[in-house]
Amino acid sequence: MNVHEYQAKELLAKFGVGIPAGIAALTVEEAVAAAKQLPGPLYVVKAQIHAGGRGKGKFKELAPDAKGGVRLAKSVEEVEAFAKEMLGNTLVTVQTGAAGKQVNRLYVTDGVDIAKEYYLSMVVDRATGRVAMIVSTEGGMDIEEVAHSTPEKIATITIDPAQGFMPHHGRAVGYALKLTGELNKQAATIAKQLYTAFMALDCDMLEINPLVETKDGNLLVLDTKMSFDSNALYRHPDVVALRDETEEDPAEIEASKYDLAYIKLDGNIGCMVNGAGLAMATMDIIKLNGEFPANFLDVGGGATTEKVTAAFKIILRDPAVKGILVNIFGGIMKCDIIADGIVAAAKEVNLQVPLVVRLEGTNVQQGKDILANSGLPIVPANDLGDAAQKIVAEVRKVS
Amino acid sequence: MSILVNKHTKVITQGMTGKTGAFHTQAALDYGTQMVAGVTPGKGGTSHIGLPQYDTVAEAKAATGATASCIYVPPPGAADAILEAIDAQMELIVCITEGIPVLDMVRVKRALQGSKSRLIGPNCPGVLTPDECKIGIMPGSIFKKGSVGVVSRSGTLTYEAVFQTSNIGLGQTTAVGIGGDPVNGTNFIDVLELFLADEDTKSIIMIGEIGGDAEEKAAQFLIDEAKRGRKKPMAGFIAGRSAPPGRRMGHAGAIVSGGKGDAESKIAAMEEAGIRVSPSPSLLGETLAEVLKG
Repeated sequence: MNVHEYQAKELLAKFGVGIPAGIAALTVEEAVAAAKQLPGPLYVVKAQIHAGGRGKGKFKELAPDAKGGVRLAKSVEEVEAFAKEMLGNTLVTVQTGAAGKQVNRLYVTDGVDIAKEYYLSMVVDRATGRVAMIVSTEGGMDIEEVAHSTPEKIATITIDPAQGFMPHHGRAVGYALKLTGELNKQAATIAKQLYTAFMALDCDMLEINPLVETKDGNLLVLDTKMSFDSNALYRHPDVVALRDETEEDPAEIEASKYDLAYIKLDGNIGCMVNGAGLAMATMDIIKLNGEFPANFLDVGGGATTEKVTAAFKIILRDPAVKGILVNIFGGIMKCDIIADGIVAAAKEVNLQVPLVVRLEGTNVQQGKDILANSGLPIVPANDLGDAAQKIVAEVRKVS
Repeated sequence: MSILVNKHTKVITQGMTGKTGAFHTQAALDYGTQMVAGVTPGKGGTSHIGLPQYDTVAEAKAATGATASCIYVPPPGAADAILEAIDAQMELIVCITEGIPVLDMVRVKRALQGSKSRLIGPNCPGVLTPDECKIGIMPGSIFKKGSVGVVSRSGTLTYEAVFQTSNIGLGQTTAVGIGGDPVNGTNFIDVLELFLADEDTKSIIMIGEIGGDAEEKAAQFLIDEAKRGRKKPMAGFIAGRSAPPGRRMGHAGAIVSGGKGDAESKIAAMEEAGIRVSPSPSLLGETLAEVLKG
């Protein structure tokens, strides 16, 4: 789960992390009121969407030479003008895709005199199974590009969970950022605060880019991206409350209500599969046969009528879907029971597109018989390869 | 022979009185596994599906001589259940639970270091040695005693590999699902080491998926072992060639991020190590048969 920049900063501030003063605004009036509460004379007006690259982004509705999603304002009047231009309009950045995202929230912050920019992020490093802090003197840049072209400018500090964040970790962060004296101490403090926040909030990823040194000698978080481990949300109701559903795909939200893992993709063959690995493999084999999957969908172990019905409905929300491939490896569940569920679900949603079903496991023949005798245009398949060829042929017949 | 479990392995279930735990413990008993007890705090002294229940893992172990534990405890208590089994020095811990917070697993992984326990999973289908011992949720009916070692990050793709190798008559020594989480107890290298050392395992199927670099590391391990003269015929598959970058495909660990963990680099590394990578998961058995023909 992701949150907006202003929400992430407010969370970090609770752990003592230094951030520029700022107030979120949903309307032009709120933006003006926010600016009036800030000391000025410089303000920054930042579009709040769940995507990076906002500064260099462009608004669809504005002239091509109009400013992007992060703007420096020199007066309250200018804050008002910017807010009018940004709110309700669609910001397109390198991360939003061509459709862009509507800006519904702004963050009005104090302007900061920047002396230097740094980079700091934290993730769980899969190779070590520990939290790693990644720091670089190259702040404000695309860190993947820095890692590629100048890997020596990136330092990774791994933290042993048994000891936690020790003073030597903090010093290492300061030295990696080439900071001495007071600023080195500040870096150690902020690194420890960020680690504490990461652990306490069950973050998945926390990126500070840039971390800035101000001209008056303070380290502040200028921009941040924070995402949370969805498996741990049950113990963070305060974080769940920050969820902005307008930033998420409605079909994915609907799917999560039925405990279905669904991801919309660009193709025209809907997929319903049990197991994440098999679901990916099913997508792969559709592509191998020359068409593209419309989605990833894992129905999980219990492919019940209720779940299959919900899955059909979610797949069919996508108008691009020209056919559906169901691929279930029965395992514990018997194929005849799964077949009954598929037939009932197909009838309930009044399925109009071709349906190819591959079942495997116990009672596979009974399962196939149920599908064949259902009176529905269901095409049974013998194995995954056969299923993919059949659905591709069916879809090409229709289009 | 087999790896990790055999007909002598005595197994307890943690979280046995829940619906899932009871169902799969019964299925393991039906398969012939030596299920000896259950652990459910507060239910010590009672009996469930004919098995004695204990309050703690240590008590269950002392009373039954069990060396393995299978965990079905729901996510909020799962890490604690694993840590309890480590504390009780259970040799083999298999955690089926999906959805454990990753920072809980960071702590578990640390606790495993220097311990007497091996953890398989979490978020895995378990371990099965045909006709001897079934720990977890794999369907016993598709297995056949034989010569192929199967190791996989994905549950249902494990079943594909097992089913296909049974159909072509090869059968399996042991199948191990290592799980789809980013931080887990046992990786490909650990299992490959066991399969290479097992005399009855004549060939190996390894199934990976996008995310992380466990497959690349396993490939390097196989290259190094081959230089020492240890090598077995292998077929493989990588799921997620068509997955878009930056999206988590169901499994918490299945994500291509920052240009790393994509399918193509894994396939290249595996082929470099002499594994014949099947283009389709429906051709795993066939691909292995071709490798064995030479």
